[in-house]
Amino acid sequence: MVMSQTESAFADAQSLEQDIAVSVQGVSKNYGAVEALKNMSLDFPRGQLTSLLGPSGCGKTTLLKIIAGLLKSDTGKIIVNGKPVTGPGPNRAFVFQDFALLPWASVMRNVAFGLELRGVAKSEREDKAAKYINDVGLAGFEGAYPHELSGGMRQRVGLARALSVDANVLLLDEPFSAVDEQTRRKFQEDLLALVANENKTFIFVTHSIEEAVYCSDQIALLLPRPSRVHEIIRPNINRAIGVESIRRAPEYLDIVDQIWASLRAYVE
Amino acid sequence: MKHRSLLLKVLSALLVFGAWEIAGRIPVSYAFPTFIESMTALARMTFDGSIFVAYAETLKPLITGVAISTVLGIGFGLWIGLSTRFEWLFSPIFIVMQAAPLAALIPLLVMVYGIGLTSKVFVVCIMSMPVIVLSTSSAVRNTPASMKEMAKSFLAKDRHILLKIIIPAASPVIFSGLRLGVSAGFIGAILAELKITPTGVGDIISYSRSIADYPSMYAAIFSIILLAVLFLNLLEKTENILFKGNDRGYVSD
Repeated sequence: MVMSQTESAFADAQSLEQDIAVSVQGVSKNYGAVEALKNMSLDFPRGQLTSLLGPSGCGKTTLLKIIAGLLKSDTGKIIVNGKPVTGPGPNRAFVFQDFALLPWASVMRNVAFGLELRGVAKSEREDKAAKYINDVGLAGFEGAYPHELSGGMRQRVGLARALSVDANVLLLDEPFSAVDEQTRRKFQEDLLALVANENKTFIFVTHSIEEAVYCSDQIALLLPRPSRVHEIIRPNINRAIGVESIRRAPEYLDIVDQIWASLRAYVE
Repeated sequence: MKHRSLLLKVLSALLVFGAWEIAGRIPVSYAFPTFIESMTALARMTFDGSIFVAYAETLKPLITGVAISTVLGIGFGLWIGLSTRFEWLFSPIFIVMQAAPLAALIPLLVMVYGIGLTSKVFVVCIMSMPVIVLSTSSAVRNTPASMKEMAKSFLAKDRHILLKIIIPAASPVIFSGLRLGVSAGFIGAILAELKITPTGVGDIISYSRSIADYPSMYAAIFSIILLAVLFLNLLEKTENILFKGNDRGYVSD
């Protein structure tokens, strides 16, 4: 790491004191003969955004789905808010890479779908959904159908759906990878605001180094074959300089270079 | 745009009927009446009411058979699509049913169930059920995995996934299976009346042929085609009302 020893010691001490929202403890997962995850341990501090970054095939999405309870791990356990995960739960919400919207349902029904499945009354869930539709900037599109929206707007629907169930851990699986570059930058800025305002724990899978450094409080660098945590990086970029200036900050550029140096050997 | 598509429909109908009229006037065959003769015969049967009496008879096996095929077909299709074990058990039956030469099986049906309504309903069902079952089951099996996963992550129970994800996602293919099944049912109903006992529309067709009243025979055939087309349109309307938004394309495409 390009930190002085005192700085890194300080960062370590800080992470020890932090409240841990999600803890991955010795998780392994095999698909037949392929080791997707091997004895993976990782902590996610509460109220922060942690990125899982790594080349394709390093098990990022598998780990995220295990945390979500959508996949079962072969060994090890996941602790969320002090309780072990046995399946999907109300304290976690998922944002999908391919949006996973219902094409036959309006934006309103899609956003309220999580609440609908929980049996919340129609008027109540629509009030709540309307608030989050507004928050993600889709006011006026409540009655639109997914095919009428652009890729970026569809993912905003996916995000509003995850926010509306009020889970305190948000799991985002490469949420911006199917979105064009300009929309993506806007999204990243909005995500920073969300992390600052919502007091939720964000776990964010990405394959973009810039995106990870830009958005994250903590980056877990994963390497493949066998999948393992290579390094935990805390960018510690001063976000007070403004969202526009982060990309020009020397710390930002240094960390991007450093991560690329670690990863380049693993990219075919 | 809508105006233009209507214009094209009218134009296409005029072309077909015009060709029919010309072919009847040449004539291509002694047994081939002109369009105008056939329509006159249809009007005559409509005014003396004989066509309604005939349809009252024909619609009995048709509607019973199509209703049974729809309910049982979709039920079996869902079950086969959801359970692999059930697929092994029942899917071959419907594939055989679909491939079987029905006309050759009719004597068997008559021996078992007689010449009454039961045999005719069976013929309609054998014609229409397999395609409904097979398209429903394949639609269910091809539900996008990411939608099911999404529902699961938002705490859906199994019945939620079936009612709120699988059935709406499968409905376009289920309905296209229904359309094929219903058209096959129409064929089955007429086949039954021609092969088992001549009643209803089948009776008009075979009786007018035997007395060489070809305009009436073609009028009866024309009317059954017209009814099938109207029924299929009605089905499409129902689909659009029931599953609004499904005609709007898939997001993940």
